[in-house]
Amino acid sequence: MMPFSGFFGDALLAGSCIAIASGLIGWFVVLRVQVFAGDALSHVAFTGALAAAAAGLDLRLGLFVATVAVALALAALGERARADDVTIGIVFVGTLGIGVLCLDLLNAGAAGANGTIAARTLFGSIFSLSAGEAQLAALIAAGIVAALLSIGRPLLFASLDEAVAAAGGVPVRALGFAFLALLGLDAAEATQAVGALLLLGLLAAPAGAAHRLTASPYRGMALSATIALVSMWIGLALSYWIAVLPPGGMVVLVAAAFYALTIVL
Amino acid sequence: MNPHLTWNLVADVRQLVEYRFMVNALLAASVVAVMAAVVGWFMVLRLQTFAGHTLSMMSFPGAAAAALVGLPLAAGYFAFCTAGALVIAGAAGGGGRRAPAQESAVIGTVGAVALALGFLGLSVYGGVLESLESLLFGSILGVTRGQVLTLAIVAVCVLSLLALAGRPLLFASIDEPLARARRVPVGSLSIAFLLVLGLAVAATAQITGVLLVFALLVAPAGIARELTPRIGAGLALSVLLGLVIAWVGLGLSYFTNHSPGFYVSTIAIVLYAGARLTRGLSTARARRGGPDAREALGGATDR
Repeated sequence: MMPFSGFFGDALLAGSCIAIASGLIGWFVVLRVQVFAGDALSHVAFTGALAAAAAGLDLRLGLFVATVAVALALAALGERARADDVTIGIVFVGTLGIGVLCLDLLNAGAAGANGTIAARTLFGSIFSLSAGEAQLAALIAAGIVAALLSIGRPLLFASLDEAVAAAGGVPVRALGFAFLALLGLDAAEATQAVGALLLLGLLAAPAGAAHRLTASPYRGMALSATIALVSMWIGLALSYWIAVLPPGGMVVLVAAAFYALTIVL
Repeated sequence: MNPHLTWNLVADVRQLVEYRFMVNALLAASVVAVMAAVVGWFMVLRLQTFAGHTLSMMSFPGAAAAALVGLPLAAGYFAFCTAGALVIAGAAGGGGRRAPAQESAVIGTVGAVALALGFLGLSVYGGVLESLESLLFGSILGVTRGQVLTLAIVAVCVLSLLALAGRPLLFASIDEPLARARRVPVGSLSIAFLLVLGLAVAATAQITGVLLVFALLVAPAGIARELTPRIGAGLALSVLLGLVIAWVGLGLSYFTNHSPGFYVSTIAIVLYAGARLTRGLSTARARRGGPDAREALGGATDR
């Protein structure tokens, strides 16, 4: 039997909440064609964590401050709060550059733990969350979902037909900023579960599958969150039973398998 | 004696080429800069920056898989890169119309799967993450003469392929419906370009790191795009910018002991910010000056 207490229970709690938040956000990310921005923000999460480590601060502080700040910068750089892909690419390069500088500084310092910090940030460490950390992660994820649902209707309108929404008095630009800030929060949050390099899989794959399966927005959002949740459960269980399999990687592979199925079938 | 930067440029350059590793690094960076600038110019024109980044990650699972099975590393990353390019091309709707939302979801998923597989391979193989760090941030300062030669061969192949397909590719990139109507094989060109892009970045990233390749891929072309709408001038400017960014970045890294990736990407972002500011100012002036000023500026503000 699978024990639902201890570190696995904590991982399940945090992972489930993060999966639902990422599935919902991801549905909008794919609709708005902002997957590349999500990719960039995931690398920003890496830089933020390394910068916090180099400065001797709490990793999570670096994660959240960096991702939200860069998300707002991306929104400011684009017309109608949507940056084009060259701008995203260059911001991307710039943040990775700062990340490598932080890695240098860490290496130069006395701290010998930089390797584990880099690995933890890149690939997540969901099985080493404490009970308090897991509850905090769940709370933040719930907050992201609540915020997204509260702007859901106008955001949907603005994403589907920007011009008509703007003419109808919907604050398209402000919604773009708010959405990217939420994406930044979610990137920082998901980094703890699946890692900076893999969270893109949790954003893009369930949402891509949901968009292929249904054109109805609300059914699509529910489907995307469900696929993300099920992928998280299967991935965590696989990694729990077969210790050599990394949890973050398994979650992403399962989600991608769902997406591949919807394409092939 | 430790190298130090002086106001005497000749003395600086002499210090720079004093060591063999530095000469190799400069040669490798020059080759990568020229190749990346040309490929990147097409990539930016075709709005495929995201695909370029995803493909540059392909060498990680490729190397891990090759190590696991015991094949040469090159076989691993060429296999993964080809597979990645084909999947992305398929999602981009090889023959039919492009569906941007699905295309970007597939590219993102391919990237995440590649990294997940690479990580899985490493953890099954029992290897260390050091190889990942060097893939991401590179070790251009440790490049050997043999690797410089490999890079040069890859660059010659990539550049000649682009030269061969250049005109139809340009046509298909700028006006796809018209190119299709004129019987240009748009679908095959799209797949071929992704394959060339993938092979170029994966082979290079393996040696110099993803950060350096991606910076040299996107930044020079992005800056050139802000400054000129012309094709020839844009390509030339892109190559020139790539070389300058690579050389100055490596030079600063040599004199200050921070990694070249940091300097290359910082110079790139500063130049890009400058270029955007310049274009913003000239657009504003053109708006104030009325139609004559806009005409005098040529097409630069028409985008």
